Amino acid sequence: MKNSMNLEFLSVSQNESFARVTVAAFVSQLDPTMEELTEIKTVVSEAVTNAIIHGYHELPDGKIYISCTINDGEMELMIQDHGEGIADIDEAREPLFTSKPELERSGMGFTIMENFMDKVDVISSPEEGTTVRLIKHLTTNKAYCN
Amino acid sequence: MSLSVDFACKEDVLLVRLVGELDHHEAENLKKEWKSILNQHQVRHVILNLEGLSFMDSSGLGVILGRYKEINALGGEMVICSISPEVKRLFDLSGMFKIMKLVDNEEFALEMLGVAS
Repeated sequence: MKNSMNLEFLSVSQNESFARVTVAAFVSQLDPTMEELTEIKTVVSEAVTNAIIHGYHELPDGKIYISCTINDGEMELMIQDHGEGIADIDEAREPLFTSKPELERSGMGFTIMENFMDKVDVISSPEEGTTVRLIKHLTTNKAYCN
Repeated sequence: MSLSVDFACKEDVLLVRLVGELDHHEAENLKKEWKSILNQHQVRHVILNLEGLSFMDSSGLGVILGRYKEINALGGEMVICSISPEVKRLFDLSGMFKIMKLVDNEEFALEMLGVAS
């Protein structure tokens, strides 16, 4: 079965919890484990926080877009902003790297996404913004199909 | 669900109990409150009780690491207790337990820091 949804919201930090809870509610129809749901909520939180802090420098009038598609136990998440973009994607993905140490960022956002998802693609260009594409195969659905 | 924070002082130890969800939005407030408590009270060590923490992301790691650095610079220790498997995974990923101690509960943490309960 295929299903999809789209969200659009402003770059205000209150929307971090809104985004992760909404995506988790949508993915729940695949009957994921609690662990998988936690992983999904965490990566949504990481990507949306990156968009707010790094994409839009915490200005509240940017727009963040999430699209989520589920197809036979596979989830594809796209989290997009039209913010500043990432100059060096490889550097940004390194564990503990942060461009904003003064804000006490841990530099673990992409590392967490890579650990919790099966695939992480980052598409970014200066002045156009960043799209993070996350793929995850959910285990419970495979077991159900068998 | 938002975050609620409870601070308590026992001898030279600050107890910080977090309940709810800790993300970037909540981390800003937590940092302000935590820093102000550390400035007001003469404490040496911190016990962070995460029993009621149902969600955390890397913003939480950042604020905890920030406070660790402050107390560590003054010779204090940070002890984490009552952590859930979900939150522990993030601590493990970032190597936090190489610098902070982890114990089962608040009682053990107090004992470790030499506070009579």
